[in-house]
Amino acid sequence: MAGGGGEAGACAVSPPPLQGLQLVQQGAEARLYRGQFLGRAAVVKLRFSKRYRHPALEERLSRRRTAQEARSLLRCRRAGISAPVVYFVDYVSNCIYLEDIVESTTVRDYITSVQQSGKDTSNLFLLAEKIGEVLARMHDEDLIHGDLTTSNMLLRPPVEELDLVLIDFGLSFISGLPEDKGVDLYVLEKAFLSTHPNTDTLFEALLKKYSATSKKSSLVIKKLDEVRLRGRKRSMVG
Amino acid sequence: MPAVTVLGLEGSANKVGAGLVRDGRVLSNPRRTFVPAPGQGFLPGQTARHHRGCVLAVLREALQEAGLEPADVDCVAYTKGPGMGAPLVTVAVVARTLAQLWNKPLLGVNHCVGHIEMGRLITGAQNPTVLYVSGGNTQVIAYSERRYRIFGETIDIAVGNCLDRFARVLKISNDPSPGYNIEQMAKKGQKLVELPYTVKGMDVSFSGILSHIEEVAHKMLASGECTPEDLCFSLQETLFAMLVEITERAMAHCGSQEALVVGGVGCNMRLQEMMRIMCAERGAKLFATDERFCIDNGAMIAQAGWEMFRTGQVTQLEDSWITQSAVWWGTPPDRGRAQQAPAQAAHGTQASESPWQHRRGQLSVRRR
Ligand SMILES: Nc1ncnc2c1ncn2[C@@H]1O[C@H](COP(=O)(O)OP(=O)(O)O)[C@@H](O)[C@H]1O
Ligand SMILES: [Mg+2]
Repeated sequence: MAGGGGEAGACAVSPPPLQGLQLVQQGAEARLYRGQFLGRAAVVKLRFSKRYRHPALEERLSRRRTAQEARSLLRCRRAGISAPVVYFVDYVSNCIYLEDIVESTTVRDYITSVQQSGKDTSNLFLLAEKIGEVLARMHDEDLIHGDLTTSNMLLRPPVEELDLVLIDFGLSFISGLPEDKGVDLYVLEKAFLSTHPNTDTLFEALLKKYSATSKKSSLVIKKLDEVRLRGRKRSMVG
Repeated sequence: MPAVTVLGLEGSANKVGAGLVRDGRVLSNPRRTFVPAPGQGFLPGQTARHHRGCVLAVLREALQEAGLEPADVDCVAYTKGPGMGAPLVTVAVVARTLAQLWNKPLLGVNHCVGHIEMGRLITGAQNPTVLYVSGGNTQVIAYSERRYRIFGETIDIAVGNCLDRFARVLKISNDPSPGYNIEQMAKKGQKLVELPYTVKGMDVSFSGILSHIEEVAHKMLASGECTPEDLCFSLQETLFAMLVEITERAMAHCGSQEALVVGGVGCNMRLQEMMRIMCAERGAKLFATDERFCIDNGAMIAQAGWEMFRTGQVTQLEDSWITQSAVWWGTPPDRGRAQQAPAQAAHGTQASESPWQHRRGQLSVRRR
């Protein structure tokens, strides 16, 4: 047995210079601040370094993820896919300054609240279709998100309008391969079903809309099936 | 309740072990390892032959060390799967024979469940997020919504498989294990060679790293660009950083304050060190065991069997098959008929489901 312990958030990084700065979230790999950037409501995502990683690897990953996040957000907006505007990227401290999607709700919180309220869930099916459609368009741009979860999708107010905004592109990359797109959906499927119990039919609606929207969906769905099967058939020795 | 003593027999891969556990106390736990020549992996036929050759000696050793007679044993547990067919069958036949000879109930145990239950027993971890890493497995399993669930896993090969196959490329000795030798060489590594780093959500992929290294290793070594030690070092740093990253993501997702690392790769001290740093930085606690319990052994099967026995489960002789499949996670309590496929019960229903379920690539386990 081995003991760990120690105080939380040991890593000291100076916060970004921003008016009215406020720490809003401490995630696994980034801190999120809110404030004003040149008079606009902004969020700043600061990737802090991980002491468990070799410094050279750490440096490489932080830089790459910050750059990739900025690049993919731009690519989305150029393709007409809703994503926060990039205000500024600081490659020295690996900070990215983004448009604050003011008063937004994560899709995760929204699904949970509708499920808990016991209200009519038909709006959730519309939401699932909306997600399927947006992801189909994103994949048709050969953009792979890399970390699709319902926490990485926001809804602008009022939520009923289902104005979906994609965020958190740090693990994204460009690829036209059906395999990469299939895995992207596989990651979402697992996150979706494990975060939201009893949502199998909801996810099916999402995939159906994805298939109907994307021009190259048949190969992607075939790959998705393959990846699912791989998980089950993988020989587990040792 | 009187003391319950369980014999556990394990042989799903290249280790064969017999362990005796009495109400959470490990009385004995001997094992033998089949070691292939450098550059080679272990094949099912050869491994089964090895197990057949020494399983009875290991069993005798276990009884002697514990100072027990067959009459003192209450139940015989064996690994039902997942694993390699031929070695599994070898050990299952022994378990079945003993159960009939000694007139004791039989229990088929899931190998993965064994690792987790053993880790919890030895470390006393309560609600850990489990990193399960071995030659055939790479999974992050966490407790959420009253169940253990698989949050992250490899989408291709297991981390131990990646290490073993890398060892074959460099002809590193398999004695006592390729992973151990890589760990020792890595301590002398200096230079970090850039390798692919592939995290997808909470999943990881290792096949790209392996094929990259297979392609460049000999060229880089020949040109003197790096040493074999540098390659071992770089491989460990990269693979383990990926594992720690997805474990941390799962912990953040579940708000978990404990991590437990189990499985053969889990006794790597560098992996444990990285896990410990990650945990310390988030105010969490790491639990780990040493090679006696991390590496496949009989006691872990006995312990998981003990948990099942306590809740009234037994495996009938006609149900005492084995399975190579990763899908099987336990015998449903109603045991109507042997089922290869997992019970497809809906989430959250409690009535007739197995405590361990695997659906859509998602393990979910009702906690006892
Ligand atoms: N542009 C934004 N506007 C409003 N809220 C945001 C924005 N970006 C992120 N958030 C909030 O912060 C959370 C974490 O941000 P994210 O980019 O996903 O970082 P992490 O890598 O830590 O998950 C999101 O789930 C969301 O609630
Ligand atoms: Mg996020």
